[in-house]
Amino acid sequence: MKSTLNALLAGLLFGAGLIVSGMVNPAKVIGFLDLTGQWDPSLALVMASAISLSWLGVRLAARRSDPACPTDAPARPIDKPLVLGSIVFGIGWGVSGFCPGPAVVATGNLYWPALVVVLGMLPGLAVAGMFQAAQRD
Amino acid sequence: MGIAWHLFTPWHSLAGGALIGLAASLLLLGNGQIAGISGILGNLLKPEGRAPWRLAFLAGLVLAPLLLWPVMLQITPSPVATPELDSATLIRLLTGGFLVGLGTRFANGCTSGHGVCGLARLSPRSLVAVLSFMGAGFVTVALWRLVNGGVSL
Repeated sequence: MKSTLNALLAGLLFGAGLIVSGMVNPAKVIGFLDLTGQWDPSLALVMASAISLSWLGVRLAARRSDPACPTDAPARPIDKPLVLGSIVFGIGWGVSGFCPGPAVVATGNLYWPALVVVLGMLPGLAVAGMFQAAQRD
Repeated sequence: MGIAWHLFTPWHSLAGGALIGLAASLLLLGNGQIAGISGILGNLLKPEGRAPWRLAFLAGLVLAPLLLWPVMLQITPSPVATPELDSATLIRLLTGGFLVGLGTRFANGCTSGHGVCGLARLSPRSLVAVLSFMGAGFVTVALWRLVNGGVSL
């Protein structure tokens, strides 16, 4: 129960962060990706700030040496699905102006573009998930 | 290219980013989990992946704008424009969303899992992922501008 409430609070804070930073606004995200137009560097600063605080959390978790906390980098290799999948994601990100977090948050205030993006995203997640499961068998 | 200083919102970026980093730390320390939204969504699609913490985190994300609704204009850097509902925009958003879902599942992470949490863990895999999706995003928007003359939704 306590850990479920903790996750709920984390979700609320994460969502609030995406709202305060303006990252739920696809125009602001596309503005960051628009290097050849009017470039808005905001997203880079959001990432830098988020990574710094998150890094502190990782260091704290590592000091507790709690085996349940994944603080080390995963041992998996850099492979084709990682690179190709990220490129496909980047194309979709540039086309829609949404990555998964902001899309989910903006469904909360019924912003219709986010609802449409999620409608496209769920089958994308499902198809790739089925493909991965088939490859493991 | 030029930096659009009038669009740059550094204080909102710093504050919002700090909240995101705080949330990721909270989930790591309290639940032992990585705040990766694509992974959370992908796992919720499978019956065996429906852990309470995933549902709770997702509920928090969706509830955040409802709780902040009364102060939305005071805390956001700029009002969010609503595009016109036409078939071209619908196809653009559906296709984009599909590619986001497909790509993040194959890459095992998105802007949150690889971008925020992975880089904070100094993961080489996440660095490669971030460079790949940002590079692809830059090229996509540049091409979109070249072909269509504008990039706004």
